[in-house]
Amino acid sequence: MSQEAKEKILEYMKTQKKSKLYFNDLCKAVPDLKMRQAKKIINELVEEGKIKYWSSGSTTMYMLPGEDDVAKEEDSMK
Amino acid sequence: MALKHKTPMLEELEKGPWPSFVADIRRMAARKPMCEDLLGLLELSYEQKEGHWKHGGIVGVFGYGGGVIGRYCDRPDLFPNVAHFHTLRVNQPASKFYSTEQLRKICDMWEEKGSGLTNMHGSTGDMVLLGTTTDQLEPVFYHLTHELGMDLGGSGSNLRTPSCCIGKARCEWSCLDTQEITYDLTMTYQDELHRPMFPYKFKFKTSGCPNDCVAAIARADCSIIGTWRDKIRIDQEAVRAYAAGELVPNGGSHGTAKRALDIQKEVVDLCPTGCMEWDGKTLKIWDEDCTRCMHCINVMPRALRPGQDTGATILFGAKAPILEGAQLSSVVIPFMKMEPPYDEFKELIEKVWDWWMENGKNRERLGELIQRFGMKAFLEAIEVQPDPRMIKTPRYNPYIFYDPADVPGGWEHDPKAFRERHHA
Repeated sequence: MSQEAKEKILEYMKTQKKSKLYFNDLCKAVPDLKMRQAKKIINELVEEGKIKYWSSGSTTMYMLPGEDDVAKEEDSMK
Repeated sequence: MALKHKTPMLEELEKGPWPSFVADIRRMAARKPMCEDLLGLLELSYEQKEGHWKHGGIVGVFGYGGGVIGRYCDRPDLFPNVAHFHTLRVNQPASKFYSTEQLRKICDMWEEKGSGLTNMHGSTGDMVLLGTTTDQLEPVFYHLTHELGMDLGGSGSNLRTPSCCIGKARCEWSCLDTQEITYDLTMTYQDELHRPMFPYKFKFKTSGCPNDCVAAIARADCSIIGTWRDKIRIDQEAVRAYAAGELVPNGGSHGTAKRALDIQKEVVDLCPTGCMEWDGKTLKIWDEDCTRCMHCINVMPRALRPGQDTGATILFGAKAPILEGAQLSSVVIPFMKMEPPYDEFKELIEKVWDWWMENGKNRERLGELIQRFGMKAFLEAIEVQPDPRMIKTPRYNPYIFYDPADVPGGWEHDPKAFRERHHA
């Protein structure tokens, strides 16, 4: 179940136009799960390095790695 | 010290009798090139009347979704030492008690691994460490957690670092052990603090009494404010001593000279509910009408004290004015005992979070959701009955509109006939 949900979330992220998504957006990929369950799965994906947090300081969003990696962000400023 | 950047506009900010953050940064600039470039960048921003920071990013420490706020300068060609200048929020001890030894250790670590600049404290309450590079984030986190016994605080869509007033540590009016509550909530909700799940930020603030020294009612999504449900304790001898000018009114806050207090004019007439009476010898208080404004207690602290059956009023929904304007918290639980392990409170807060997570839009604070759905929907979701103490004045702010189905016997209402009798 957990693996299936992870795949659904990753697939959903790949099909979105925006590179950064809110927690609520990710939950749409797994509508049968309660939000607390979805949170556990999303955090497992973060720990596995399959998705990344992006934070403005006030809001947190999620993105796929490689779309806007730290290295890219910092390289672009050199 | 001569800086490598000219800063004539910043120098203006160092003039006058006030402390200047420019002087502080300049002092650090002698040792840290990062601070030198920071001043140069700030001067450029003043010249051009434009900011040069890019706020936000994916930087953080492993496994945490908060505590680090990415910050980059958009002119690294001119100011390479502040190309990255990330902020770390450090969870402050409850009531911000530190030993000087601990503060020195933190400052030494931060001078070595960051800019050396701090903000004591940010408005959420955290100790803020200003300015470091991406490669130093994990080493700083390791040092904080392993050497200093401290942790990062909350940022982003997380539970923010809970904060509280000084509480029973130094305040005789505190009706709550604010530090114990803050510590317990911090430890219980570690996952919510470090791993985001909410539509937006969520703040707990705890004040020991209705003076609300941490301004919980104005700032916290959940305000826990100490109160009492028995009677204000009165020492009539001390009341007469205030009237006779034997004691300093207001605990010395408005002048330390003894003077005769006009109890009628300065206390009784200023009581917002008119629940007091003074005949020149005895002060009477009708406690059932008291709304805990604290004025009388603040004016005569030797004579009046909060009651002894203490607990907290729980309020929800305050926020600063980003959307819709500022909101104060609304009373939801007029009185809760608040004793460890705070199960009753935790059961309530988890219902609130579930409702907010299910229904909140992205970046919608709890108070905005309550406003959008109505207090009635909120109370139904958290299974709390409406209570007259939730409103200030009946008919002026009626949060609760009853349905005929809610009231035994119901009623018939014909809106068309009503409009015929009440045009407009």
